[in-house]
Amino acid sequence: MNELFVNVDWSDIWQATQDTLLMLGGSLLFTLILGLPLGVLLFLTGPRQLLDQPAAYRVIALIVNVLRSIPFVILLIVLIPFTTWLVGTSLGVLGAIPPLVIGAAPFFARLVETALREVDRGIIEATQAMGASTRQIVFGALLPEARPGILAGATITAITLVSYTAMSGLIGGGGLGDLAIRYGYQRFQTDVMVVTVLVLIVLVQLLQMIGDKLVRHFSRR
Amino acid sequence: MIEFIDVHKSFKVDGRDIPALNGIDLKIEAGQIFGIIGHSGAGKSTLVRHINLLEKPTRGRILIGGEDITARDAAGLREMRRGIGMIFQHFNLLSSKTVAENIAFPLRLAGTPTAKIHQRVNELIARVGLEEHARKYPAQLSGGQKQRVGIARALATGPRILLCDEATSALDPQTTQSVLQLLAEINREFNLTIVVITHEMDVIRRIGDRVAVLDAGRVVETGPVADVFLHPQHQTTQRFVREAENVDEQEEHAAFEHVPGRIIRLTFRGESTYQPVLGQVARETGVDFSILSGRIDRIKDTPYGQLTLSLTDGQPDAALQRFAAAGLTVEVLRA
Repeated sequence: MNELFVNVDWSDIWQATQDTLLMLGGSLLFTLILGLPLGVLLFLTGPRQLLDQPAAYRVIALIVNVLRSIPFVILLIVLIPFTTWLVGTSLGVLGAIPPLVIGAAPFFARLVETALREVDRGIIEATQAMGASTRQIVFGALLPEARPGILAGATITAITLVSYTAMSGLIGGGGLGDLAIRYGYQRFQTDVMVVTVLVLIVLVQLLQMIGDKLVRHFSRR
Repeated sequence: MIEFIDVHKSFKVDGRDIPALNGIDLKIEAGQIFGIIGHSGAGKSTLVRHINLLEKPTRGRILIGGEDITARDAAGLREMRRGIGMIFQHFNLLSSKTVAENIAFPLRLAGTPTAKIHQRVNELIARVGLEEHARKYPAQLSGGQKQRVGIARALATGPRILLCDEATSALDPQTTQSVLQLLAEINREFNLTIVVITHEMDVIRRIGDRVAVLDAGRVVETGPVADVFLHPQHQTTQRFVREAENVDEQEEHAAFEHVPGRIIRLTFRGESTYQPVLGQVARETGVDFSILSGRIDRIKDTPYGQLTLSLTDGQPDAALQRFAAAGLTVEVLRA
């Protein structure tokens, strides 16, 4: 084993894995907190929906689209001043989280919007007919009905975040991506590259499994 | 109780106004089962959605209990909607909630205390006969069971009006029968005003008190179900009745071409349906009759019969007078 992975320092790998998990956990949490209301707002203000606010919809949609069209690597660099202002550093696990959230939240918001659109209009209508306010429709009917779709979206977002965390290694974000770039790529230590990629594969598999399980658990159709 | 005064509604589609309702005047009395029948696109779904203002009229007024509901603000509207239940063709149950949770939902929205919700839900589940299914999810139920959940949910807040939007159109005939029976029962039990939207005359024949026929956004005929069903005036109504009876009148007339004598149609209604009128009249006036077509059935609780006869020999004029005197409606199809 050690002959095969001559350059691999297992404690480095372990440290990097922990960093990646921390970045993933932190950024996923804030992505969900920010992306969910944004997605609900996108849905509600959309054409022929409950609030139907074309102007507001266009503004939110534009911001979301702009953020989604900037390649994540560029976003990482552009956001350095903002990140420094927000959390005091643009390096390490902490410095990686703001750009990860800003990169992933609009993406998740769109997935939430799509999941909400999948909810049968008849259910919204029935809830309205019962005398529900928009707030009650959202929390009582829309979100519970769209839960499997939103969970599937969260799973996709988490996996996207894994690959984003790898990229944040480029600007000193730490974690497995950082290890792969500094040792695997810049020092030609292919074995380090292989090990980090293997860990990432396991991580993605785990996330997908957990996500699928949750979706199944909440699907009643 | 519910009154439409010159209600117009048009939808904007690609910047153009597409009319859906063209001046509806309608009066629905409290405690009635009021049927609204029309082909798809006639505007009946739009019409029923004006009663709880899921659709707002472009012009005109809608009164409930004498109050113009179009004047209500958003909060007033929500409060009013709690007093109007609604059931749907595709049930529109929340798939993420159990039967009991679905029935509890309108009560939760209204802020009813939990203990009271629990009691009310149990009552309703028992009333619609779903005791064994309280913890199931809608996907585990049959269509008829889902509609029973829909009815229980619609009744939860104790409404005075129930709107049924094609409530049986997705159900098989037997299930339709049992759901209609349930509707007729709750109509009597709670003195509930029920508005039934349908494209099937049979639904209205079974439970309706009055009916309005809708065609291209207008009410073309309205009246007690028995009158409209037995003596339809407007061609749209005639078409619905023919569909319900499964007869093609033209085909039928062609078939009678070689039948001798006068051809008449007799309509019996109520108790006269079971009286031996035909035989008596035949004996007294010496006419011979043969029955060409006919049916004997019920309109809600009223038995009726409608027979097409050919009369030969004897004194046919006297026979017609005797039929009329016995309380039957006589129509001469061929003199």
